[in-house]
Amino acid sequence: MSQGLRTSSGGRINRARAVRFTFDGRELSGFEGDTLASALLANGVHLVGRSFKYHRPRGLLTAGAEEPNALVAIRRDAARVTPNLRATEVELYEGLEAHSQNRWPSLKFDAGAINSLLSPFIPAGFYYKTFMWPRRAWHRLYEPRIRAAAGLGLAPEHPDPDSYSNRFAHCDVLVVGAGPAGLAAAQTAAASGARVILCDEQPELGGSLLGEADPGASLGENGRDWLTGTIRALLANPRVTVLTRTTAFGYFPHNLIGLEQRLSEHLAQPDPRQPRERQWQVRARQVVLATGAIERPLVFPGNDRPGVMLAGAVRTYLNRYGVLAGRRAVLVTTHDEAYRSALDLRRAGAAVTIVDARESASGELAEVARTAGLTVHTGTTVIGTHGRLRVKSVRIQRLDAQGRAQGAPERIDCDLVLMSGGYTPSVHLFSQSRGKVAWSEALQAFLPGESPEKVRCAGACRGVFSAAAARRDGESAAALAARDCGHAVNIAIGEPQPVQGAGAAAPGDLPQPGGNPPAKAFVDWQNDVTSRDLLLAAREGFRSIEHVKRYTTTGMATDQGKTSNLNALAIVARQLGKSIPEVGLTTFRMPYTPVTFGSFAGYTRGELFDPIRTTPIHDWAARQGAVFEDVGLWKRARYFPRNGESMHAAVARECEAVRRGCGLFDASTLGKIEVVGKDAVTFMNRLYVNGWTNLAVGRCRYGILLRDDGFIYDDGVVARIAEDRFHVTTTTGGAARVLAMMEDFLQTEWPDLSVWLTSTSEQWSVIALQGPRARQVLEGLVEGVDLSSTALPHMGVAPGKICGVPMRLFRVSFTGELGFEINVPADYGLAVWEAIHAAGEPHGITPYGTESMHVLRAEKGFIIVGQDTDGTVTPDDAGLAWAIGKQKPDFVGKRALERPAMHSPERKQLVGLLTAQPHVVLMEGAQIVADARAIPPSRPIGHVTSSYYSATLGRSIALALVRAGRSRMGQTLYVPMPDGALAVQVTSPVFYDPKGSRLDA
Amino acid sequence: MLLINCPYCGERPELEFVHGGQAHIARPGNPAECSDQQWADYLYRRDNIKGVHAERWRHTHGCGRFFNALRDTTSDLFLATYKVGERPPAQSQQKRATA
Ligand SMILES: [Zn+2]
Repeated sequence: MSQGLRTSSGGRINRARAVRFTFDGRELSGFEGDTLASALLANGVHLVGRSFKYHRPRGLLTAGAEEPNALVAIRRDAARVTPNLRATEVELYEGLEAHSQNRWPSLKFDAGAINSLLSPFIPAGFYYKTFMWPRRAWHRLYEPRIRAAAGLGLAPEHPDPDSYSNRFAHCDVLVVGAGPAGLAAAQTAAASGARVILCDEQPELGGSLLGEADPGASLGENGRDWLTGTIRALLANPRVTVLTRTTAFGYFPHNLIGLEQRLSEHLAQPDPRQPRERQWQVRARQVVLATGAIERPLVFPGNDRPGVMLAGAVRTYLNRYGVLAGRRAVLVTTHDEAYRSALDLRRAGAAVTIVDARESASGELAEVARTAGLTVHTGTTVIGTHGRLRVKSVRIQRLDAQGRAQGAPERIDCDLVLMSGGYTPSVHLFSQSRGKVAWSEALQAFLPGESPEKVRCAGACRGVFSAAAARRDGESAAALAARDCGHAVNIAIGEPQPVQGAGAAAPGDLPQPGGNPPAKAFVDWQNDVTSRDLLLAAREGFRSIEHVKRYTTTGMATDQGKTSNLNALAIVARQLGKSIPEVGLTTFRMPYTPVTFGSFAGYTRGELFDPIRTTPIHDWAARQGAVFEDVGLWKRARYFPRNGESMHAAVARECEAVRRGCGLFDASTLGKIEVVGKDAVTFMNRLYVNGWTNLAVGRCRYGILLRDDGFIYDDGVVARIAEDRFHVTTTTGGAARVLAMMEDFLQTEWPDLSVWLTSTSEQWSVIALQGPRARQVLEGLVEGVDLSSTALPHMGVAPGKICGVPMRLFRVSFTGELGFEINVPADYGLAVWEAIHAAGEPHGITPYGTESMHVLRAEKGFIIVGQDTDGTVTPDDAGLAWAIGKQKPDFVGKRALERPAMHSPERKQLVGLLTAQPHVVLMEGAQIVADARAIPPSRPIGHVTSSYYSATLGRSIALALVRAGRSRMGQTLYVPMPDGALAVQVTSPVFYDPKGSRLDA
Repeated sequence: MLLINCPYCGERPELEFVHGGQAHIARPGNPAECSDQQWADYLYRRDNIKGVHAERWRHTHGCGRFFNALRDTTSDLFLATYKVGERPPAQSQQKRATA
């Protein structure tokens, strides 16, 4: 395939290196240095996509990041398919495989184009108006159809095999954009000694200069030398980091800028070990934005046909890529600057006719054009274009003195239409910095004003359009930035140059015959919004531009309206009879261009997504075949199946072992906090509900911690190790927040208390040995502790040694059986566990997991904070009022407990439930009602919080929170389920050994 | 991501900190003497200021200390950070220099 539109010489492509690629399976060839867009154009491919709503044929509109039409999918393999890439930014590599999107069955014949014929019936807000009723049809009928017909691109079907990198960086001056202003800014800041990061989305430095035939020439005196010298100096300077292929996508508070660096997208064979992209978070002391400007399309009927392009883009394709986009061109413009494109095309051998909507064109460039023999139709508008898959002609009409289209339309045959309605400064990042923009009547543009951040704008992004002036503007901005970082600046700091208006033109649409809003005059190419849609929205009463945007979807596509927003705003403003600044601008949000999700995840995926916490006994449990569950970040052994047992069978066996012999449980995940100091008891008294003054050294107590609103926050056994030392345990998941709450009160409310708090959760391994034979197992292993009930009664604690290792031995029970919790330094946890296990084998010792632990504690009616409580449960609700120290004048939560609502007899209280059918296990979370015949929705009076099958009792048991539950003992309530209501009897929450006689069995 | 000046450690990124709500809300010294309404106000009523707001932060992944800060909620800029127990510094009306 020949590159028919390629010029014979010129451009920045490497003509010695041909690059083969495919587009929708068609084999084509371009050159090294091409983008996919320029290579397609060189091959005469103007048709690159179908539009979103009407499926209209679409071609390249631009040559840059603002491209709304040429969205393609690039496929490397089944897992590496990237949709919605702008062909104007995709660098060509050998073997590149590109696919067009949003067409079926093929790009040239697209069945969805029927929507175009139906377009009179698909006005703005069509979806809102049509698919509102009936509601049921939305899910079954409308939504699936709309989803099938809409959507841009397809997501890959496999997990992303690539890796993504993250990096933090700091610098004095971050310069965004490497055009004339950005290069000058980076060089000036670097010369002052500042640490500089310069980033640009393109593969090469130069920005807009890359679209010039002679990039240095437009920079003024010594421009060529300055350009090459500056780029060389920046690349050689060790204090300057130059990042190409890097988009500054977001501006976050305190001068944090997100950069997305594409590392391997342009390579034919990326090294699989190399990250695909790197996301930088740059904290810059000063920022200089040199983000340039985006050329505005003109709004006229048929302005979306393939072959209708922005004038500057045509010039870039010619000068940078050596592609002559057409041989018979029509330039439609409203300002002088676009004449450069006509002149360049003419020099390359194309015939160009100029249609200028202004009454007269008398600028220097217009004169040059006339002298060069170009026909210039001033005071003329475009009323239509023709050509199915490529533009073939335009129809023009004269405007009278009042700007109305009059007279006989004229047709001009062509194969290319250039259009330019001026330039829109790219204030996206500035606006994201919470900077305010101000409307410039002279420039017909929103320009950056004040920002709370340390940011300056330079060059075209603040209306300084000419390259030479932008260069000086960049120098001034950077000199001020460097000075504000404390660097000596050697150049005279000029005041920022006044903004200049070359190329300024009013946004909006071109006049049409009869003043009627034209059909198919597109404003937003990507979302298929026409000027008529905008006028309709205004007529239907939408006044706020934010509402118009949402109603018509203008500016809401993946390009975020880069080419369309200002035109839309001008059209709406005119219809509302307001000025543009009165109507206001919609909000700019990050990202500037779409950013790969993977780069936000970075390294934190798979095993690195979250830390995994394991106990010292974890590997032993894993070797025993334990099934683990996640509790917070912890892995906890849930049960230990033997010989293919089900969980049900394993739990029944484990529970029986604890009730009849002895069981071994890894409780190391319990939170532990050491509270130490001469005021430790005062601190505990103020914080926990219990009284601690009378707790003797060597004794434990079940502690309850409330929030100051009176609701249970955490619980756990607290041991008094010494007069000034408490060993506090917390729930597994609550350790961090309990310590944070303790620190909060200690640091901010009671800084006078002499107390130190230390997290010891990971310092102690906790081995729970539970069951009637526990003492016998332990006897031979411990030194210095008398295990008898008289010396170490229930809720006693004693220091000692086990297997020669220092130990804190707790006589506590979360099972209701005789039990010990052996605390040893974590490094010895596994050794001690194994020693206990070996010593217990003659007694049938059985390791058990969290599932059995839950069943055993539920049989005893012991609550789990967070399961049987939900942040609205008081100690009394949970049946724990006995724990409250009645003599204490205050503790956290005490005052709130005195509020009347806390004493309402209608509060939910913890009760037990027994199902009428003993083998039916209720669902946790199920609602409870009083009347089985009540027709839903009936008001529930409670819910099930814990529910298990108890092998010990030979039936199911459940805990529940029920309104006035304790007054309902013996009542029958109902749990409605899909198959009918289940009858349950209200009982005490203690199902097993209510007298507690087994603690000393 | 904010850059927060811990009075003990210096400037650190926001992800080392936890926000602690409005500052200078002291727990009443004698709760028993509070009316229900006063206690409810202490528990639940907070300002929602457009402008300079005094708030608590904790340098959780650092020194662990609580401290207070004055932050302009319209710009997210900090005017000052200061230690627990100190009075908020007099608010200067001076804007941070930006061009
Ligand atoms: Zn700190």
